[in-house]
Amino acid sequence: MKAVPDLVEEIELTPDETDIDREFLKFVLNEWDSQALEEALLVKDATGAEVVAVGLAEDPDIDQALYTAIAKGADAAVKISGGDGSTRTGDRAALLAGYLSSEPADLVITGVQAADDLDGQLPPMLAAHLGLPHVSVVVGIEASGDGVTVRQEFTGGRFHELHLTTPAVVGVQAARQAPRYAPISRIRQAMQAGGLRETEAAPAAAVPGLTVRRMYRPQAAGRAQLLTGDADEVAAKIVDLLRGRGLVKG
Amino acid sequence: MVLAEHTGKQISEGTYELLGKARELAAALGGKAEVALFGPSDLASQLGGADVVVSVDHPALSDYLPEAYEQALTAVLADRDPRLLLMSNATVGLDLGAALSVRWQAPLAAYVTGLTAEAGLVVATAQILGGKVLAEAELTGERGIATVVGGVFPAVAGQGDGSPEVVEFAAPTALDSLRMSLRRVVEPQGGDVDITAADMLVSVGRGIDGQDNLEVVQELADALGVPLSASRPVVDAGWLPKSRQVGKSGLKVKPKAYLCFGISGAPEHLEGMRNAELIIACNTDPGAPIFEVAHYAATVDLFDLVPALVERVQG
Repeated sequence: MKAVPDLVEEIELTPDETDIDREFLKFVLNEWDSQALEEALLVKDATGAEVVAVGLAEDPDIDQALYTAIAKGADAAVKISGGDGSTRTGDRAALLAGYLSSEPADLVITGVQAADDLDGQLPPMLAAHLGLPHVSVVVGIEASGDGVTVRQEFTGGRFHELHLTTPAVVGVQAARQAPRYAPISRIRQAMQAGGLRETEAAPAAAVPGLTVRRMYRPQAAGRAQLLTGDADEVAAKIVDLLRGRGLVKG
Repeated sequence: MVLAEHTGKQISEGTYELLGKARELAAALGGKAEVALFGPSDLASQLGGADVVVSVDHPALSDYLPEAYEQALTAVLADRDPRLLLMSNATVGLDLGAALSVRWQAPLAAYVTGLTAEAGLVVATAQILGGKVLAEAELTGERGIATVVGGVFPAVAGQGDGSPEVVEFAAPTALDSLRMSLRRVVEPQGGDVDITAADMLVSVGRGIDGQDNLEVVQELADALGVPLSASRPVVDAGWLPKSRQVGKSGLKVKPKAYLCFGISGAPEHLEGMRNAELIIACNTDPGAPIFEVAHYAATVDLFDLVPALVERVQG
């Protein structure tokens, strides 16, 4: 589970413009990780599997995210330190792979991507480090036989149903239902009970990275011509535009 | 090198987009534009724009299967040693890009919307954070991977009627002991309107604020005699069927006119409609990213504008 900048907010850049300025940013839990947790809990509901929620110690508000996971039904939560604080997905993957080599799981489930995944996505990287089969853009997981059956989503509404043996890594696009709600009281209970395990891991070797030259906000293409006036005047202009192209009769 | 995506019968448009860019970079950096084609090798005849087609055929490659493609591509990369590997940023790229970054030890730039060669260096522009930030990054080193957003590079640049050299590459033995299998392919539900065939679309997003309000825009669609389409949130909420979804995980449309209401313009949606001939967008947020691709912008409230439009069209 990962914290990412809240996209509703304005995003500021650092003075040298090579990164986003994280100091004053508001962070939220990566929405795909939220979906991944829900899908994990659905598998638990169906099979009684044990769900362990995992996060990196450097992520803002990670304790809150992990306790929320417990409040929603996760059996345990682990906070991992040992990295150098790098926010690159490649470095995060290396640290998580280090943890998972010493504490393996039958199924590693995480969000298919995060909004700040410039250098790639977590699930395939974890799988490659650990030598495990993996499938991403998954919208449903069911335990079956010696592994799991997953539904992989493609453009245009096509799906593939795949079976893979476990241990495996799955990148979730969307759970089969909207993430369940955990009342604040239960989250607070989890916080009071404590029980967040903290552990240090040794990262695997990370991939050579990109050299980011600069980050910038996109310029508005500037070509959108604003149609002024009240709704009625704007409507008249739009109909004229359409009529001019023969798309409206009259 | 471009990883080809295909249906078994037809090379995808996205593959041509990548191939066109590969040709441009190969010319600038000195090299060839190669395509890795997995599955039936007769599809090489559709890749006239490539210098070389590296063909790997094996039963496990008869459909797209992540582990099979990954094993085949790992073997091909080790042998052909391309400077740059290009893949789509859709499902295949999301499966393979980051995994190959680790296995091939190559830096990866994802969500790429621009790629250029600068004095022997490959520079990528990528859109992150919902399109709010662009990153310009160098793929330093002897090899790199870019997963490219669909619809950004022109497909026509990758098409051609040349005769590429076809290299038959032996399928790696790993393909005989895979840990996953394809059980079933579920095709998209037909039977509903085909929004990709419409001359014009009225499209609705989260701003419609509720299923009950859909009838407001449906009335406009009916008055214009065109289908109603939507962005992902509307379909995920169950207010319209998947067949109406415009965007990266829905359908790509190129109508003569695209009128959208209450759509903010997330990159995944823009990917599905940015090439429409005329885009008129209505959103009360003047900073909404949809205005970056729209030709005309309206910031009046859609609940005022749509009825006014209906009246004018009908009257």
